[in-house]
Amino acid sequence: MKRINIEVIVGVFLVVGLTALAYLSVKLGGVSLFGTDEYKVNARFANISGLTENATVEIAGVVVGKVSRINIDTDEYEAVVEMLIKPDIKLQDDTIASIRTQGIIGDKYVKLTPGASEDIIKPGGEIMETESSLVLEELVSKYMFENKK
Amino acid sequence: MSLNKINLNFLTERILNFFEKIGDLFIYYLEQGGRMVIFLLYSLYASIRPPYKIAPVIKQIFVIGALSIFVIVFTGLFSGMVLGLQGHNTLKKFGAEGLLGSAVALSLIRELGPVLTALMVTGRAGSAICAEIGIMRNSEQIDALECMAIDPYKFIIAPKFIAAIISLPLLTAIFDVVGILGGYLVGVGLLGTNEGAFFNTMISDVKFADIYMGLVKSVFFGLIIAWICSSMGYFVHMARNGGFGAEGVSRVTTNAVVLSSVSVLVFDYFITSMLI
Repeated sequence: MKRINIEVIVGVFLVVGLTALAYLSVKLGGVSLFGTDEYKVNARFANISGLTENATVEIAGVVVGKVSRINIDTDEYEAVVEMLIKPDIKLQDDTIASIRTQGIIGDKYVKLTPGASEDIIKPGGEIMETESSLVLEELVSKYMFENKK
Repeated sequence: MSLNKINLNFLTERILNFFEKIGDLFIYYLEQGGRMVIFLLYSLYASIRPPYKIAPVIKQIFVIGALSIFVIVFTGLFSGMVLGLQGHNTLKKFGAEGLLGSAVALSLIRELGPVLTALMVTGRAGSAICAEIGIMRNSEQIDALECMAIDPYKFIIAPKFIAAIISLPLLTAIFDVVGILGGYLVGVGLLGTNEGAFFNTMISDVKFADIYMGLVKSVFFGLIIAWICSSMGYFVHMARNGGFGAEGVSRVTTNAVVLSSVSVLVFDYFITSMLI
């Protein structure tokens, strides 16, 4: 049997350390070593207040993707949200994307409601029907001022 | 009249002595600081300059890294466990026990992992580095190397620098993983938090930026430990409380451990404020 020497112990140390590092960055940090086969879908919203990159995209409460990029369209002043959707999820072209909140003070996420159309949105396509984020302050002020009249 | 004159002379002498002491201290610390900065530059240059020898670096990784694993595993496990306990107790008030996973993982990865690892390595390996180099200086081994035209920076210091910079991030990663395991054991196993919520909040809240911050910190801490501990040992003969003697080495080693522990915490603040 081979004698356990310094080199063996250092080798074990390096392997254990690198494994721990890899676990942290791949499992927790979300670094993908291989390219993902998720496809991109865009959606335009009048207001996405509170939505951040890496927020989840859900259908019927099940996570089917995440928000990968948020841009502003400088012509229309609309928010353009780019989402990465899992490849086995097919979206009809009358799917509705709405921005909802988990609980009262929870994080914002994108909720997709599938439609009934025959046509499927192709990768890189756009969801036409959107519902903006609900802003609590606006609702409250609307309620207050309508009551005064 | 003559009595007054003598008193005045006595007084001016006392005042002059007072200022002399202040000036002396200032010049000493300025020189010491300058020596250490020049030492850092020489050592970094020696670390990147060929020829590269692997064997001494492996030996130093063994001393600094591999031998520290047990200490790191134990401190990591218990830090994670106590975080689980404290976090559960506080989050319970808001009914947000599900966030325990992300609380434990974020505080370990961002702060406690790098800092506690650095403090443990300072105590375990930093003191050894300082004492070893101090005794080499004391017994004129460093002078002997210089006589044989062997660069002591390349021969003694550079392997310790490289080994510390390699070992610290790996030890920190081990600390983080074991700590999360400890938090899981207490939070889920003992206190009965929802296991799915524990891991899901952890995975969704920990970003790569957090892990990157921990990595940058641990690399810097490795540099700080290697730098302060080996430079204090290298200049043991010039230190105010050092000198050629066993007592000098012991005092300088104590100073090196205290100074590098304090610097780790000070630099932690500045690195965090730059990266956050």
